[in-house]
Amino acid sequence: MIPGPFNYHRPASLADAVNLLATLGDEARPLAGGHSLVPMMKLRLATPEHLVDLHGIAGLKGIRRDGNRLVIGAMTTQHELLASDEVAKSVPILHEAALLIADPQVRYRGTIGGNVANGDPGNDMPALMMTLGASYRLEGKSGARDVAAAEFYQGAYFTALEPGELLTAVSIPVPPAGHGSAYEKLKRKVGDYATAAAAVVLTMSGGKVATCAIGLTNLAETPLLATDAANAVIGTSLDEASLKKAAAAAQAIMSPAADARGPVEYRKHVGGIMVMRALQRAARGN
Amino acid sequence: MAKTHITMKVNGTEVEGLVEPRTLLVHFIRENLQMTGTHIGCETTHCGACTVDIDGMSIKSCTMFAVQAEGSDVTTIEGMANADGSLSALQEGFRMMHGLQCGFCTPGMILRAHRLLKENPSPTEAEIRMGISGNICRCTGYQNIVKAIQYAAAKINGTQFQEAAE
Amino acid sequence: MNDMTPTREQRSAALEGMGCKRKRVEDIRFTQGKGNYVDDVKLPGMLHGDFVRSPHAHARVKKIDDTEALKVPGVLAVITAETLKTVNLAWMPTLAGDVQMVLADGKVLFQNQEVAFVVATDRYAADDGINKVVVEYEQLTPLIDPFKAMDADAPVLREDLAGKTSGAHGPRKHHNHIFEWTVGDKELTDAAFNKAEVTIKEMISYHRTHPSPLETCQCVCSFDKIKGELTIYGTFQAPHVIRTVVSLIAKLPEQKIHVIAPDIGGGFGNKVGAYPGYICAAVASIVTGKPVKWVEDRIENLTATSFARDYHMTTEIAATREGKVTGLRVHVLADHGAFDACADPSKWPAGFFNIVTGSYDFPTAHLSVDGIYTNKAPGGVAYRCSFRVTEAAYCIERAMDILAQKLDMDPAELRLKNFIKPEQFPYHSALGWEYDSGDYATAMKKAMESTKYAELRKEQAVKRAAFKRGETREIMGIGVSFFTEIVGAGPSKNCDILGIAMFDSCEIRMHPTGAGIARMGTKSQGQGHETTWAQIIATEIGIPADNIMVEEGNTDTAPYGLGTYGSRSTPVAGAAIAMAARKIKAKAQMIAAYKLEVHEDDLEFDIDGFRVKGLPEKFMSMKDICWVAYNSVPPGMEPGLEAVSYYDPPNMTYPFGAYICVMDIDVDTGVYKVRRFHALDDCGTRINPMIIEGQVHGGLTEAFAIAMGQEIRYDAEGNVVTGSFMDFFMPTAVETPHWETDFTVTPSPHHPIGAKGVGESPNVGGVPAFSNAVNDAFSFLGSTHIQMPHDYWRNWKAAKELGAVA
Repeated sequence: MIPGPFNYHRPASLADAVNLLATLGDEARPLAGGHSLVPMMKLRLATPEHLVDLHGIAGLKGIRRDGNRLVIGAMTTQHELLASDEVAKSVPILHEAALLIADPQVRYRGTIGGNVANGDPGNDMPALMMTLGASYRLEGKSGARDVAAAEFYQGAYFTALEPGELLTAVSIPVPPAGHGSAYEKLKRKVGDYATAAAAVVLTMSGGKVATCAIGLTNLAETPLLATDAANAVIGTSLDEASLKKAAAAAQAIMSPAADARGPVEYRKHVGGIMVMRALQRAARGN
Repeated sequence: MAKTHITMKVNGTEVEGLVEPRTLLVHFIRENLQMTGTHIGCETTHCGACTVDIDGMSIKSCTMFAVQAEGSDVTTIEGMANADGSLSALQEGFRMMHGLQCGFCTPGMILRAHRLLKENPSPTEAEIRMGISGNICRCTGYQNIVKAIQYAAAKINGTQFQEAAE
Repeated sequence: MNDMTPTREQRSAALEGMGCKRKRVEDIRFTQGKGNYVDDVKLPGMLHGDFVRSPHAHARVKKIDDTEALKVPGVLAVITAETLKTVNLAWMPTLAGDVQMVLADGKVLFQNQEVAFVVATDRYAADDGINKVVVEYEQLTPLIDPFKAMDADAPVLREDLAGKTSGAHGPRKHHNHIFEWTVGDKELTDAAFNKAEVTIKEMISYHRTHPSPLETCQCVCSFDKIKGELTIYGTFQAPHVIRTVVSLIAKLPEQKIHVIAPDIGGGFGNKVGAYPGYICAAVASIVTGKPVKWVEDRIENLTATSFARDYHMTTEIAATREGKVTGLRVHVLADHGAFDACADPSKWPAGFFNIVTGSYDFPTAHLSVDGIYTNKAPGGVAYRCSFRVTEAAYCIERAMDILAQKLDMDPAELRLKNFIKPEQFPYHSALGWEYDSGDYATAMKKAMESTKYAELRKEQAVKRAAFKRGETREIMGIGVSFFTEIVGAGPSKNCDILGIAMFDSCEIRMHPTGAGIARMGTKSQGQGHETTWAQIIATEIGIPADNIMVEEGNTDTAPYGLGTYGSRSTPVAGAAIAMAARKIKAKAQMIAAYKLEVHEDDLEFDIDGFRVKGLPEKFMSMKDICWVAYNSVPPGMEPGLEAVSYYDPPNMTYPFGAYICVMDIDVDTGVYKVRRFHALDDCGTRINPMIIEGQVHGGLTEAFAIAMGQEIRYDAEGNVVTGSFMDFFMPTAVETPHWETDFTVTPSPHHPIGAKGVGESPNVGGVPAFSNAVNDAFSFLGSTHIQMPHDYWRNWKAAKELGAVA
């Protein structure tokens, strides 16, 4: 369990990092928290010749409010998200989900950028970002662009990132005051990926769902936005029939793999339950 | 592979070494610095036996390269005793409450508990259990580790430690 | 007496002897990171070895090409079976009478089997080297399902056994058959079933799992060519046995082998056997003339060194309508993987599985066990268990619940009705054991009172009704388990390992100043021997425990012993310690009599010295006697004060306990919550209650993990799907339940201090308590038996199959 040899680079600026990645090409990998990449390297399932460590770039860290958006630097750790009053106040689901990622040590090191950028379907933040309607800032030699989280994921470990591009920030539209949210994650133990997880952000009006978005984690090769499921509850008071309709609509787009967490049928079944529970809890407002 | 010169502070002392970029921090500590209190239990970032404190954070040193700790302030179990060499409140708590058996997870557990108490000086049992959930112990069933941390918290806070009734 | 004279209580307390919650001696170093574990051992010029392993479960090895590996900077050698054949070590004997490949010889028989050993200057270079060894395989059909092992067309796994119609334990029925072992009276048992009013039959599986101590298996071997001596530092639960085994297989004189087991980071049975890593490191050291270290990683540990369990137990009970058991019939299909490497006493191919009659008075029983080969890792170690006792306890405790359900009787009541009664001890079981002592009903009733068992059943009835009315989706289970263990292997009449009787030993040397050193043949892996062994000596000879240093694990200095596993340390070495201490005390009495000028018979031992009967002021402390022993012994007596005892126990000991678990299960997700777990243990005399409680907590946590999800699972191709701590359920502090403990004390009548051993009881009794809780929760929906492990998805599957989930 020893990584293969590589050259280590620690650029001090984003421009340097982007230059390095462009120059070194396919043989280079950016290194953020390292908690996905380093274990893969120890198993020699990843053998990059160059690692570009992003820890030296001060500008990639930080959480700031920009109008009605929350902008989070890619190298901001889960621990920093959890320590942020701004996050807890304006996007409470982000706080809730960050607490369910891995374990305390990993959260000191694991970054939001790494979590959303590497395309691992087991990661929690991608589905959350899709649910929140977030976008990612991608920067490369040819400049910067913004891509919606909903457009970013193309397959397991395949994303819209072009070679040499870095994900530098996540921009989240702050949900309206009084919104409800919940992240329901079923896992076997602390440190595990979700067997199934559902994120819900909604607003209620007169006892009925006014707006709703639902995201799903680890239930397909990519995180999923369950649009039909969300539409199924809009205008309802989340009665049992509507909840079941939403769960069924969500299940219709799930295609999890059978693994030690359970067979496909089980993972889809509990996926539906996570959707219903997240909807109910989001509506309750706690 | 060319070696890189690194310097960092470990347990208050400036240290330096020549390492390959791929040298894991845990190996730098154990092999280069010959401080063997930090252990390796799983190598996949699950067990926490390799936990050390770096710049105020609990870090699994098997999942970080030594070169990344350049310039850092690192504390290992060898730096946890009181200045006069006596056992610190946490070390004493683990002994008094029988919070260890084989001792292999203990350094990582103590380092993690150290940072937990810095951030939350009076944690509840649930907070302690969450706080040490990145550390696996195969011997104790955690119950006495929880008590050990409660004992240490009370001692640090100068309050009375009351062992919970069964 | 003036006020400064300590009272008897103070003198007694100062000893910190038996019964005292003495704080552990070991913790001073462990809490400061100053333990000395094998990977901490660094010798000058030390090299590192690492394995190339098979990706396939069953394949022929066509070619091993080390050309590129040898070009890797730092790589010095690549050892293969061909290399080992030159020293006749390509295969090694197992403790179970089989042979095992050290490195793949012609074919591989399980995934991650050792194929080649790369020796390099450091662990990084070794890892680089293994990635450059090219092995060409021809895949063969793997055999994974144990129930298909003896099919006529099953693939032949062990070509080396071709034509061998019998093995170490008798005839073989099939090319994948290892042994059949039968115990008990078949005719009498069949007759009991023929006339039974009620019978039950169920195939109860205990899945494959792994002990997985936090420190993996590792060693440093150092061969001194000039002296011809081999020193081995290793994670050994039984260092003396390792020395003898190495001597026998490597043909080295035993006095030239030095085995040192330093601090060990947990064992749980994983560190009893001999593994290819040890042999390869030793050979590599002999070849290179340098010390060689081998440290397995976690994946290697889980997938290659020593699984546990994998017993498939078809169990039948015959009983009367009133619930009196009249017969027990069990057939076990035992999956041993590719080689039979069980670490049982040599004559016991299925360990002590014939304790399967449990705590109940079965008039007759019959047991047969078929051991078979599959394409899985070898092992069959006693994971916190005394040689298949956990399997046996699970089997009978599950079966008793199934019987209770059939009789519509409360499972606790059924147990109370069938317990062996106190007056029946010593009790001869139908399958051949002599139980030493027990008071089962008292223990069971105490546990039931503590948990308010009757109220729990009432609550359960209310919840079940609510569930049926559709008012809740949660079901409640109450798991009862009453186990009897058989530990302390063992009497030479029953137990040996490779011909060496399973005694244990202690040597005590008292120094002139009233301090001493004691050495044993056991080896702590976390049990706290340095603390508790001194407590036995303190009480026996009246010297404070703090003044006794305990040392284990160095075969040059410690007396020969069989090591620590199977809860044997206290029953066997604990007895040896008491007996050695009593020899010291006897000599001390002679010295005291001489100095006090009385006859020895006129002396009585009083806490920490000898007193002349009827003359309380005439007293000589043990501390003073120690000085005299080196200063002015009686004429004709040899100076010094030391003793050795080798203890061959007259019988096993039989700890027991009553465990009750309360669990709630959400049928929609299968998620369970352990609401309560109450463990009452009776381990006889209690040496250190603090350590006993700690052992119980740890064993229960392992039992929880095993019952609720911890398994080594293979897919149809023989790939391990649970090979890391991500998928191999290793609970953290968050998942682990809170434990309640209690005890009764029924001393062992044949043990010098009445102690029985406790380390494994919680694993033995805990697994059936958890499994019975899950099964009890589902029983009202119509199930009789749901196989372990009871992880979330399987609970959901059970609910679905029972119609509780759409």
